[in-house]
Amino acid sequence: MITWLEKHMPKIVLAPSFLIAVIFVYGFIGWTAWVSLTRSRLLPRYDLHGFIQYERLFDSARWDTALNNLYIFGFLFIIISTLLGLMLAILLDQKIRTEGVIRTIYLYPMALSLIVTGTAWKWILNPGLGLEATFRDLGWTDFSFDWLVNPDMAIYTVVIASVWQASGFVMALFLAGLRSIDQEVIKAAQVDGIPTWRIYASIIIPSMASIFLSAFIVLAHLAIKSFDLVIALTGGGPGFATDLPATYMYTMAFSRGDLGQAASSAMVMMMIIFAIVVPYLYSELRAKHD
Amino acid sequence: MTNFANRSTLNVSVKNLVLRWLLYAVLALFAIYYMLPLFVMVTTSLKSLEEIRTGSLISLPRDVTFQAWMTAWSGACSGIKCEGLRPYFWNSVIMAVPAVLISTFIGALNGYAVAQWRFRGANLIFALILFGCFIPFQVVLLPMARLLGQMGLAGSIPGLIMVHVIYGIGFTTLFFRNYYVTIPPELVKAAKIDGASFFRIFFSIFLPLSLPIIVVTIIWQFTQIWNDFLFGVSFSEAGTQPVTVALNNIVNSTTGVKEYNVDMASAIIAALPTLLVYVVAGKYFIRGLTAGSVKG
Repeated sequence: MITWLEKHMPKIVLAPSFLIAVIFVYGFIGWTAWVSLTRSRLLPRYDLHGFIQYERLFDSARWDTALNNLYIFGFLFIIISTLLGLMLAILLDQKIRTEGVIRTIYLYPMALSLIVTGTAWKWILNPGLGLEATFRDLGWTDFSFDWLVNPDMAIYTVVIASVWQASGFVMALFLAGLRSIDQEVIKAAQVDGIPTWRIYASIIIPSMASIFLSAFIVLAHLAIKSFDLVIALTGGGPGFATDLPATYMYTMAFSRGDLGQAASSAMVMMMIIFAIVVPYLYSELRAKHD
Repeated sequence: MTNFANRSTLNVSVKNLVLRWLLYAVLALFAIYYMLPLFVMVTTSLKSLEEIRTGSLISLPRDVTFQAWMTAWSGACSGIKCEGLRPYFWNSVIMAVPAVLISTFIGALNGYAVAQWRFRGANLIFALILFGCFIPFQVVLLPMARLLGQMGLAGSIPGLIMVHVIYGIGFTTLFFRNYYVTIPPELVKAAKIDGASFFRIFFSIFLPLSLPIIVVTIIWQFTQIWNDFLFGVSFSEAGTQPVTVALNNIVNSTTGVKEYNVDMASAIIAALPTLLVYVVAGKYFIRGLTAGSVKG
């Protein structure tokens, strides 16, 4: 008995976690997928009705706004954070004496809750007393910066705050990449008299392709899951101008009592993430086998 | 001839000096950009409402007052209650500490079993557990709310602890697994020949070797759980809310005058524990961030 136990101990230890994953990840996804195919409203119903919830979802103007916002926000957030992170990493990689301190300053927003970030930027960007008022006090009397309360521009305030939060982290990724590049190649290029910008453009940056990819995966993941920041910064408003899929899902689940819409929007979110992550994981795993 | 050469090296060094200054100027400019929100938060929290209305966003406080901090800690209103952040801060502590410790311990055992006892199917089980790191939590929100209700844990702190442990296991297992695969398997083999058991080997050989990865995992889990908002707002009720939810309620509370100084003091209080961890153990924080993100 004891030897049997001992022989199977690794499996016995892993069994609870495995079971937890089966129930709370796979089982729960299955439940949500099932409910997304029913007419559930306030309470779940289990008789299937095809894709009726998905039809409602894609007919809804609010979901349309949420998806559009995700494209605008996701695109700008990923591009700006990546470029800013790369630029800062290259600048910091020039044997800067105070590198440690600067790195610490650039990266600390990543330790903050997005609710804190949203609260801070909401205060800075508020037109009455924030940046707008400050610039007017400085003598620029017709300075106007009302994006936070302007339905057409509010989504860009979410970009501003989230770039502030995540770009330092992208910098840390690229900095680690720069440090792992073979210095011999760079020295050889320098001896050949190739100008520095060409060394970066044709040798260093192309060799960091895998870091671009992981930065993209992480940022895309963050963008699709974005919820806290929108809630704290704009509350999804003005109106529902800054709704994202995550806030749409939450509203349907907990304030509208529309389980069918909540489930189907959650499923669409998951599919968007999988469309990005699965090819990445597949290529990672294949690379390891080769 | 020599004159000419001298002048050109002089030009090069002047050019280098200018570039160097420019480089530092750009880096300093960005340092200001990243520090500005924190600076504004701190100065605003130390001003009186009167001074906020008449003064400028970026000016230093004329008369430093800690009134806003006191209100934020024990008197600010969220909804109908006016008890400040204090009870919710403790809710977060009571929630985060056990959730971090339990998920870290489970992750250590899992990682050890997967990395050092490679039975058939171990990698498949690892992949299945790891998958939980990639899903958007929206997809489990509804069934989890129902299950917590059926278990009698709806709106309770033990319920939140359970949720954070369940969805933390993927990451903690990943961290420990990646750490333990670098340890040569001969160690376990030799110990097995000496008759040591699975747990004996874990507790007396592997755990003492694991201090760095334990620190990384604890910091990662603590930051995630302390800063969580989605689970907190979905699975808590008045009285059991974590600090992030309470902060959001205080800031968006519509009753009375808008007290920006109290909002900012509240935000700093809510951010203080994770900021402190970052300042004290930044190296481990970054290591967790890069390890967790390159894979997740």
